[in-house]
Parts: sequence; C-alpha cells; structure tokens
Amino acid sequence: MTLRDIINKLLRRQPASASTARERLQLVLAHDRSDLSTELLDQMRREILEVVAKYVEIDMDEGAVSLETEDRMTALVANLPIKRTLNGQIKLIEPSQQQDVSPQTAESIDKNSQ
Amino acid sequence: MATDTRVILICSGKGGVGKTTLTANLGISLARQGLATAVLDADFGLRNLDLLLGLENRIVYTAQEVLEEECRLDQALVKHKQESNLSLLPAGNPRMLDWIKPDDMKKIVNMLKDQFNYVLIDCPAGVEDGFKNAMAAAQEAIVVTNPEVSAVRDADRVIGLLNTNSIKPVKLVLNRVRPKMMANQEMLSIDDVTDILALPLLGLVLEDEQVIVSTNRGEPLTLNSLNSPAAKCYSNIAKRLQGEDIPFIDPAEENSGFAAKFRKLMQTKIF
Ligand SMILES: Nc1ncnc2c1ncn2[C@@H]1O[C@H](COP(=O)(O)OP(=O)(O)O)[C@@H](O)[C@H]1O
Ligand SMILES: [Mg+2]
Repeated sequence: MTLRDIINKLLRRQPASASTARERLQLVLAHDRSDLSTELLDQMRREILEVVAKYVEIDMDEGAVSLETEDRMTALVANLPIKRTLNGQIKLIEPSQQQDVSPQTAESIDKNSQ
Repeated sequence: MATDTRVILICSGKGGVGKTTLTANLGISLARQGLATAVLDADFGLRNLDLLLGLENRIVYTAQEVLEEECRLDQALVKHKQESNLSLLPAGNPRMLDWIKPDDMKKIVNMLKDQFNYVLIDCPAGVEDGFKNAMAAAQEAIVVTNPEVSAVRDADRVIGLLNTNSIKPVKLVLNRVRPKMMANQEMLSIDDVTDILALPLLGLVLEDEQVIVSTNRGEPLTLNSLNSPAAKCYSNIAKRLQGEDIPFIDPAEENSGFAAKFRKLMQTKIF
C-alpha cells in the first residue's frame, strides 16, 4: 500500500485507477490463459466438489475452485472448507487412509503452456 | 553476406499501439549503427510502413511480385534515401491475404537473410492468419503494448502464441508512457505490465506529440529529431537490441522539481 492509497482511504476517495486496472487484468488473464470456457470451468468445479464430497463432508456453499496466475503459470486452486464434528475432529464420511487430513486447501498445478 | 541475421517480429495483438512506428524508428536506428537492415511490411491489409518511412512514392514492386517471381528481390527493395543501410520490402495488394501462406513468408525472409543483419517484420494486428504467417518466418519477437487494460490483454494472447511456437527471446516495449499519469497511479506502471505479462522489458517509449509530426513528414523521429523524448527511447531500444547496456529511463524522473518529488513520495510503498 502506498502513501497515496492511505490518504485516499482517509479521505474516502476512490483508489487510483491503476490498481483497479491491475486487479481486473489479473482476473481476466487467468481465464484467458486457461483456455477453458466458463461452462467447462463450472463443470469441473462441480465434479471436483462431488469427488471430494465422497470422502469428507465439505461446505458446498463456501467451497471455491478458481484459477490463479503468476508468472505465466496458471494454478487451479481449490479451497474446500471441511466441516468438523463437535469435538473438533474432521468429519470423515467414509473411513479413509488419510486420517490426518488437516489442510483445507488442495492445490494442483497445471503448467499452462499456451 | 550476413550469416547470423536476426529476424524479429514486431507484434501486439491490438491495433494502433505503435508497431509500425517502432518498426520504422528501429529500422532507421539500426541502419545508423551501420547494420544492414530490412523492414518487411507484413500488414498486407492495411500497409503503411512505406508512408511512415516516406517511401510511398518510390515503390515499384512489392513482396507479391517477388513471390510470383515477376521480379527479383533487389528490384522490389526500396532503399532509404538518407539511411542507405535501410531497405523496405513493401506489402503487396491486400488480395495477397487470400493466398499467402506461412511458407511464403519463410521464403521471403530467407531471401532477405542473405543480405541483411536485421529483418524487422511489421505485423498486422490480431492473432489470425496474417499474424501467424508472419510468425512462421521469425525467430524472436518484440511485443509492443500500451499501459492500458485492452492492449495488455491482447498482448497476453500474442505472447501465448509466441511461446507455443518457440519464438524466443520475446521482449516487451511499452509505448505511450505518460509519466505524470503513472506518477498519479492513474496508469499501469512499468512493473505492473512486465509482471503481468512476465516479459523482460526491452524499453519504454514516452508519449510524444512529435511522433505525429514525424508521420506527417514521413521522417521517423530517429532520422532527424533525435532530441525528442520518443526518439531517445527508440534509439535506446536499438542499442539494447545490439547488446548495449543502456539504463531504462525512470518515468518519474521525467517530471522534475517539487511536484515530481511529492509524487514520488506519494508512491512510496508503506506496507
Ligand atoms: N509514443 C507515441 N506518442 C504519441 N503517439 C504515438 C506514439 N506511438 C504511436 N503513436 C501514434 O499512434 C498511432 C498508431 O501507431 P502505429 O505505429 O500505426 O500503430 P500500429 O502499427 O500498432 O497499428 C499513430 O497515430 C501514431 O502516430
Ligand atoms: Mg501498423
């Protein structure tokens, strides 16, 4: 954050447009680079959630699967909050080998070489 | 006879960002450094490299007649009056678009390689056949863009295609930089654009009214107006292409005095 951003915040002014441009570009390019249509991406998101839901109970409303891009590398990032039982344990629907599924984020890197 | 000719594609995706102006100015600058340079107008639909170089009245034959073997290459090449190291190979009739293939571009460029150190290919806008034909003939590329969302987005598409076609190195020229707007953070910064596109910077070109004056005259700035802000940028780019280590200008330094210092302070990163 720059001095200017802080002053803008204090004065409740709109942020300078360059930062808006940067954010919008990052989003639109992640999609452009993925070569996946919105429909395909949606379908993939649904299927990923379905598969994961077979093993752990996830919060379908909070779950998010998105594309993020850095340095021309696009990553498919799934953030799937796992519901916990009252005693704080992760609730496994079916017994699975991985008893210590603690991180709630699954990442798979897709080397996007377009 | 040149053996290690560099064939450089000058492309952008979006139209009107400054490809042709860059091609003309780089052509003059490289020629001035004593390098035999050919500029090839590959924008067959909307040719105007001839106009920017002031050579429009001296065209007899074009790339079309060369390909159809109606003339020899040297009959079609138009030598620049003041910079005899520079030659233009003009684009033919727009109907060339109907039949020209990647192999035709390769054939033309291979002929040029025999005589020149540099071949600069002025690309059409877009990512369709015109661009792909031109890309087939090149080894390296300069992507021109402006610090604006649409231009950067289109540049990204082109970079994707260049990468899949193993064109390298690919370097960036950021054109129409307005230091004041950048200082006020109302324009994407140099770092923003190089980060987003993940390309090394070859140079930036300042927004400069003289560019228009020079196109009116058909005399690229690097020919006669070396003191204009954009002309310096163009000749720096030419020197960097030749491997010279020329520091980048800092747009913030382009404004001097208290106002600039204040703007710089405002840009200081706090967190
Ligand atoms: N650095 C600059 N400052 C001011 N005007 C510029 C600059 N670069 C290009 N222009 C103007 O932008 C327009 C498009 O330039 P041009 O080189 O024809 O773009 P392209 O070949 O990419 O379509 C022209 O009118 C040109 O004069
Ligand atoms: Mg052009």
